[in-house]
Amino acid sequence: MSADQGRRRFLAAGGALTLSFAMPAWSAQDALPKSLDKTPWLDAWIRIDADERITVFTGKAELGQGIKTALLQVVADELRIAPGRLTLVTADTARTPDEGMTAGSNSMKDSGAALRHAAGQVRMRLGELAAARLGAPAAGLALKDGVFVAPDGGRASFGQLVTGQELHLRATPQPAPPAPGLTTAIGQSLPRIDIPAKVTGGAAYVQDLRLPNMVHARVVRPPSQAATLSAVDTVAVMRLPGVLKVVRDGRFLAVIADGEYRAVKAAALLARAARWETPAALPVHPDVKALVMAQPAEPANILERGARVQEGTHFKATYTRPFQLHASIGPSCAVAQLVENRYTVWTHSQGVFPLRGALAELLGVQEDAIRCIHVEGSGCYGHNAADDVAADAALLARAFPGRPVRVQWMREDEHGWEPFGAAMVAQVAATLGPDGRIADWQYDVFTPPHNTRPGKAGNLLAATHLARPFTPPRPKPSPQPEGSGDRNAIPYYRLPNARVTHHFQPKAVLRTSAMRGLGAYCNVFAIESFMDELARAAKADPVAFRLRHLDDPRAIEVVKLAAAKFGWPEYKRQPRRGRGFAFARYKNLASYCALAVEVEVARETGLVRVTRVSSAVDCGEIVNPDGVRNQIEGGIVQSASWTLLEQVRFDAARVLTVDWGSYPILRFGQVPDKVDVHLIDRPGQPFLGTGEAAQGPAAAAIANAVFDACALRMRDLPLDRARMRKAS
Amino acid sequence: MTTYRLQVNGKRHAVDTDPDTPLLYVLRNDLALNGAKFGCGLGQCGSCTVIMDGKPVMSCLVPVSSIGTRAVRTVEGLGGSDKPGVLQQAFIDEQAAQCGYCIAGMIMQASALLEKTPAPTDAQIRAHMSPNLCRCGTHMRILRAVRRAADVLVKGEKR
Repeated sequence: MSADQGRRRFLAAGGALTLSFAMPAWSAQDALPKSLDKTPWLDAWIRIDADERITVFTGKAELGQGIKTALLQVVADELRIAPGRLTLVTADTARTPDEGMTAGSNSMKDSGAALRHAAGQVRMRLGELAAARLGAPAAGLALKDGVFVAPDGGRASFGQLVTGQELHLRATPQPAPPAPGLTTAIGQSLPRIDIPAKVTGGAAYVQDLRLPNMVHARVVRPPSQAATLSAVDTVAVMRLPGVLKVVRDGRFLAVIADGEYRAVKAAALLARAARWETPAALPVHPDVKALVMAQPAEPANILERGARVQEGTHFKATYTRPFQLHASIGPSCAVAQLVENRYTVWTHSQGVFPLRGALAELLGVQEDAIRCIHVEGSGCYGHNAADDVAADAALLARAFPGRPVRVQWMREDEHGWEPFGAAMVAQVAATLGPDGRIADWQYDVFTPPHNTRPGKAGNLLAATHLARPFTPPRPKPSPQPEGSGDRNAIPYYRLPNARVTHHFQPKAVLRTSAMRGLGAYCNVFAIESFMDELARAAKADPVAFRLRHLDDPRAIEVVKLAAAKFGWPEYKRQPRRGRGFAFARYKNLASYCALAVEVEVARETGLVRVTRVSSAVDCGEIVNPDGVRNQIEGGIVQSASWTLLEQVRFDAARVLTVDWGSYPILRFGQVPDKVDVHLIDRPGQPFLGTGEAAQGPAAAAIANAVFDACALRMRDLPLDRARMRKAS
Repeated sequence: MTTYRLQVNGKRHAVDTDPDTPLLYVLRNDLALNGAKFGCGLGQCGSCTVIMDGKPVMSCLVPVSSIGTRAVRTVEGLGGSDKPGVLQQAFIDEQAAQCGYCIAGMIMQASALLEKTPAPTDAQIRAHMSPNLCRCGTHMRILRAVRRAADVLVKGEKR
């Protein structure tokens, strides 16, 4: 019998402890927030100790998006306590609820909603306990700084009220009524709690873990995914000072040493000692379009509305996006230790629970023999090599039991072996009616998978290199409305006649997986570029043309706000400069984001620079305005980098873009002069998340501005100097 | 293994290590300083930036045997989270970090600029910060933080 079952029986026996909130009867339609439904015990989320310590548990992970601070703000307001009084524990398979992946801009929607709900009920429960203790009705109690105060001056603190299992109660669907008094945390730009350590050299990352007796390992990757290891002479490597072990299992080759740089040097020697057969197994095509269109696809219509319209003017265009990198600044890292048949893995994975499942399969052990603890890493922006390096560390911990094994990838590993953002092709055709409105819309998006996350051992890179390799499971597209490669493939505009088809390609030429925004980046780039083309064809202002096709008042408001803040109507074009606009509602159900940008184009050099950006965002109720601004600002600048510079290149044998020289990203010299983020707060509305809202609109707005500046319609990403010069 | 005597953040240390070990690994593993980060090992990203003899250097490229008597400064030398230095406080005030992995290198790069050029123009700041990469897109805030620190330092001198 598990501890939980035991408690449940205890609760069933003690009728007095069942939850009986003094609140209106809840309607049967009310449902618990998703994460709370999965883990309904209040004390799984909030624990109060007799010493007044309040610990908050979330299954989500800090990725640099500021989630820790925002979640504490939510709980602080529900408990009417200062955020500084709360301690937060994030994703840990031994301690926190399982909230799946920290991804999809879902953390506030999932964990924020769950914690708000749970904290409200904890407050109600504490109020009942305080009422009983103080002999006064709960409604008459004041609550401040973790202490209930009765009208007669009697006091009861949280720590006094919780002496045992008082909070081991199932959450109920009816939300607690709002706490009396003013909220103090939500809506404030509380400084992020993780930043002071990050700017002072405090231990902030998994890379900074220094465990007693820790050893260091490096993995020698094959030259390509298809390469085979024909021979390796490990004698010389074993003779190097500090080398403790060389591990070989099939094509998985690694070295463990007593010092980090000794491991680096040993891995370099091991790489030279390995003889690989590197077949020319990659297809070579003249461009991204030819490459993507050559792959087998499974078409599925995700929208069929009305009928084809013949009357009007017909337009069509094709847009492409190359393979692109998450390209974390810090190569992925993990520490793993095997002690008495139990593994502990410190990881910056976005999903410690799914990773644990995959590792259990890989190592051939039960899930409960593995504990995965999230520790921050360098920003990941989706499924980067975090899970892969955790698998490396776990395999090496198995090969070297007892001592903690730290593995960090080298730069060429990260660039060459992370799962890439998918190359995509989007074909659009539309008919412009005589009334200047879109009469008909046909859209086809062709894309390899955007989600090959673990789950399964076969999703872990090293597992596919072992002598008895695991096979990656067949990737599946995520269903609409969120979608994956077809995310945002359905325009958010009023289109009476439309068809949208997702041509899912289960097999990718190169391994691909989730990258910030998934398909939304390319789909919004395509849709919003084409909207610009149609607006020009209709001789309409691009902002007015969008408004003509929008119904949702919240969408209309962000579009108008971004345009106004940019100074769209009064814009005066300077030589070599132009302006562009774009809008999307992320996943068609999350945040609204509109932006107007100005670019400067030097046609002689091909250099495009974004000069200024005005954006507007509606992400529902705002918990931390500066946190939202930081995410949107970062999203815009990162998307500008993807859009202006980035593409993975490869030849018939191998990936060629393996460092910052061959895969450059935006540097300070090319960043905008100004990026404004204007927020529309919707108190009382659900949290919509912000992390990925800007990626697609930023790309399209830049391309539209380039056209405005120099009449070049750039439909293939990136708009780098070579391509701009060629187009000129 | 050889013993090297290093001066880091004003303190003297004796370190036993291999001569070719880059300073970065000595700082992180022998002296347990987290600030300088491994980013590329190629001198392309600036995550490992420290100041040596007043100049910003990428510590992943500096073998420990080449340092000699030159004084090394890392982000830890500017202050701690209890008492942050002016630049660190400016980064906190501007909330100029997302994942933050590049930030210690950014701060040291900026520190080297402000020591030589106390009142830099915005263009000078951009040009000087160019060797350092940020992937989160925090550039606008980093530029504002450096500006803020420069302004604070200039005001402090005038007082």
